[in-house]
Amino acid sequence: MRFGVAVYPGSNCDYDTYYVIRDILKKDVEFVDYRQTDIDKFDCIILPGGFSFGDYLRPGALASHTPLTYALRDFAEKGKFVVGICNGFQILTEAHLLPGALLPNSHGKFVCKHQFLRVENNQTAFTNKLSKGQVVKLPIAHHDGNYFVDEDTLKQMEENGQIILRYCDENGNISEESNPNGSVSSIAGVSNKNKNVFGLMPHPERACESILGSEDGLLFLKSLLEG
Amino acid sequence: MLIKFFIKPRKGVLDPQGRAVSENLKSLGFDNVGKVFVGKYIEVYIDENDKEKGKKQAIEMAKKALVNDLIEDFEFEIVED
Repeated sequence: MRFGVAVYPGSNCDYDTYYVIRDILKKDVEFVDYRQTDIDKFDCIILPGGFSFGDYLRPGALASHTPLTYALRDFAEKGKFVVGICNGFQILTEAHLLPGALLPNSHGKFVCKHQFLRVENNQTAFTNKLSKGQVVKLPIAHHDGNYFVDEDTLKQMEENGQIILRYCDENGNISEESNPNGSVSSIAGVSNKNKNVFGLMPHPERACESILGSEDGLLFLKSLLEG
Repeated sequence: MLIKFFIKPRKGVLDPQGRAVSENLKSLGFDNVGKVFVGKYIEVYIDENDKEKGKKQAIEMAKKALVNDLIEDFEFEIVED
């Protein structure tokens, strides 16, 4: 499996992501410039965290109108994998490759901590190494992670199994207290209808070595390798 | 011509900035302050003399880039040269 890591002006988790794929997973990986459109050789493109284009206008808004993001539409249409982490998730919603939008956190503060998450759907290429209801721990670090979607779309997403991860406490309970940013229905990660585009606010690439406090992030990346 | 865009959070969408500013104004003694919404103001100058074409382009630019209609509402004004 050949990975590409997108690089927009202002991406800042691109090297972390590249490092995990090259040095821990030991897979082929290349950086992909945001002006590049020739991406057929890749099987999966990861949009990393950061502040693309300085979060100007809205987080992810300007990056959603770049040659690479336009090329990702065809790429995703072909069934290839696209993963958006944090700012990458914001870009994918702005590009309408994923439903919803990411609003400023309801408490108005930047949130940076380890967060428990519950796997809501393990029948996807991103979660097949996990079990349904499994609780994992990943870092979150964002100001605009408050997932918003209208009620009708949310209902359809539930029916299609597009809700992949929810914020929870260490026992897997979901409540207002365990929701770090005010997201609708405690949603932390979603997919498109075809389950080949995945976006999440938490950072799996920052949780791939025990020295960093969690290796749970590897489970998502290893799931991808099995397809 | 100049197009002035006024963008604000859509009704029902949380606006933590507006809430914080409202609390701040109250703490300054403006007891009658109620809801506050913080939005954006954008000026776009275009090389166009036909007002109708300008309006059409304004809506197109708003929908394609300037506004995310899931979470924001907008209005615009056209100022001719």
